[in-house]
Amino acid sequence: MRTGDYRASYAQDEALFVTPVQRAWLLALIVGLAAFPWAAGSYLTYIAVLLGIHVISATGLNIMTGYTGLISLGHAAFMGVGCYAVAYAANAGVPFWIALPLGGLASAAIGLVVGIPSLRIKGLYFAIATLAAQFVLGFVFREWEPVTGGVRGVNLPAPSLFGLAIEGDRAVYYIVVPAAVAMLVAARNLFRTRVGRAFIAIRDRDISAEVLGISLLRYKLTAFAIGSFYAGVAGGLWGYFFRAATPEAFSLGLSVFYLAAIIVGGLGSILGGILGAAFMTMVPEALRAIVAWIAPWYPPATVLLSPMREIVFGALIVGFLVFEPHGLAEMWRRVRRFFHLWPFKT
Amino acid sequence: MNILEVERLSLSFGGIRALDDVSLVAPQGAITAVIGPNGAGKTSLFNAISGFYRPERGAIRFEGRDIGRVPASRRAGLGLARTFQNVSLFRGMTVLDNIKLGGHSGLRAGALSAMWYLGRAREEEMRLRAEIEREVIDFLEIDHIRGLSIGALAYGLQKRVELARALAMRPKVLLLDEPVAGMNREETEDMARFILDIQEERGITVMLVEHDMGLVMDISNHVVVLNFGRVIASGTPAEVRASPQVIEAYLGAKAARKARHEA
Ligand SMILES: Nc1ncnc2c1ncn2[C@@H]1O[C@H](COP(=O)(O)OP(=O)(O)OP(=O)(O)O)[C@@H](O)[C@H]1O
Ligand SMILES: [Mg+2]
Repeated sequence: MRTGDYRASYAQDEALFVTPVQRAWLLALIVGLAAFPWAAGSYLTYIAVLLGIHVISATGLNIMTGYTGLISLGHAAFMGVGCYAVAYAANAGVPFWIALPLGGLASAAIGLVVGIPSLRIKGLYFAIATLAAQFVLGFVFREWEPVTGGVRGVNLPAPSLFGLAIEGDRAVYYIVVPAAVAMLVAARNLFRTRVGRAFIAIRDRDISAEVLGISLLRYKLTAFAIGSFYAGVAGGLWGYFFRAATPEAFSLGLSVFYLAAIIVGGLGSILGGILGAAFMTMVPEALRAIVAWIAPWYPPATVLLSPMREIVFGALIVGFLVFEPHGLAEMWRRVRRFFHLWPFKT
Repeated sequence: MNILEVERLSLSFGGIRALDDVSLVAPQGAITAVIGPNGAGKTSLFNAISGFYRPERGAIRFEGRDIGRVPASRRAGLGLARTFQNVSLFRGMTVLDNIKLGGHSGLRAGALSAMWYLGRAREEEMRLRAEIEREVIDFLEIDHIRGLSIGALAYGLQKRVELARALAMRPKVLLLDEPVAGMNREETEDMARFILDIQEERGITVMLVEHDMGLVMDISNHVVVLNFGRVIASGTPAEVRASPQVIEAYLGAKAARKARHEA
């Protein structure tokens, strides 16, 4: 029989960063992120901002699809809702730190409506319902001119803080990255509690989830609302970054991009969303860089290799799925187990 | 007092009458066994009680209140827990997380407080953890496996984890569907001991379905026999064992006649 203070020892067992080494790593990570735009050039800063936005959105999709089992093909449209809502608010003079959560809430509200059928229809059938939402929302973006500006879209003012405009990628980086970090922490916390466990229980076996007192409707809608909130905030950040909201930005292609990201990264893993978004953002960039590097030696390269890029990218995705069906996160875990170095509990 | 009462319950699937005018009670604090040949309707009865199946007729009363219209997910909060004939654990989670799921209805934190974590959500989770360690994990002797994933466990242990999850619900009534099926002698004895402790020390009312007659006769206070969806006998283990209808249902009419002859 065990004696002593349960609370202290379990609190430690339940904590995320326990050892001094882990805390040191965490501190290093924060300092690294803060210093990044100054150390890296403008191109890398641009990529980092884009990656931050993709990480937020992919994490949102992972909460609904990877953790709760609700496949969504309309994630880009939810981002669009957030982007247009933020554009509308920003043009009405609302400061960015209010506009962004508002964009998230607008998207969550639409997400709730789209999520309602999830109680009745499951799996692929539900995915088709979200596909319909993608097209319907796309139609709204194009046609609701007074709000969305139609096919031309709308522009956004630069966000500002205390009257100072936040312009340029480096400045936007300091909005996007803290937002991404905060939302990742929030997502990680979610899965330490009853709410996150309920999501996973619904994904794995909805019937016995009910016996445990989990209301399917309530938690499926909660997962959908949270996922769309993430998408909405990501969409709003996208708007501030590109200073525009246009219908073609939030197409089915982008929805598939996020699905690919969480599948490659690891379904039902916060780290998976990050790694998957990184893969999807950086591999095409890397391939582009390789082509540009070859071009001087072999001028036809640009013409010949550009189409090859897409093929190589596709082949890489398929390769990952075949060799590591649990995604990059699982690969990472294996590497870590091997080295026993990395401090983060996942 | 009868904490759980089933009155004239009928349920059919297409042409099959899974339950036909079934009435039975679970007296407070007792162990009631439901036995019967394969396909008799035992699991269907449990499914009706836990709210998966909507019976066509009849009433289910829990602490005197008709719960026939209460959704399945709300019955847990009332104090009704169960295990499944085929273990129904979440394979993607650890043993500990599976057990924590049992605490779901006892906790309150919503999504926002969960994402913030530091306030109420954390406090609640810590309390749940300590409670589970004390009242469930130590009790069922599964300390050594709390961090493992379900897939890594032998079948007997999986059944024990499922019982742990049900106990974490802090139920008033526990429905166990074939708790020792597929277990070896030793595991069966452990399980029998746990069930008795659950009843005696915690005062939880137990209703169990089981084919292992040795176990049923040893630990139950009451036995109800189902056959083709109907209650054909009920009483103490000794009474039920002597009932000609029960012998007939289990061994066929011929054996029953022979038994009567010999008596
Ligand atoms: N969901 C269902 N759909 C159709 N028929 C069903 C369903 N559930 C049960 N039945 C039928 O109802 C009858 C009773 O089944 P039930 O599972 O309750 O039996 P049981 O007493 O638990 O049997 P066993 O001892 O084999 O577990 C059987 O004829 C079964 O085929
Ligand atoms: Mg059965």
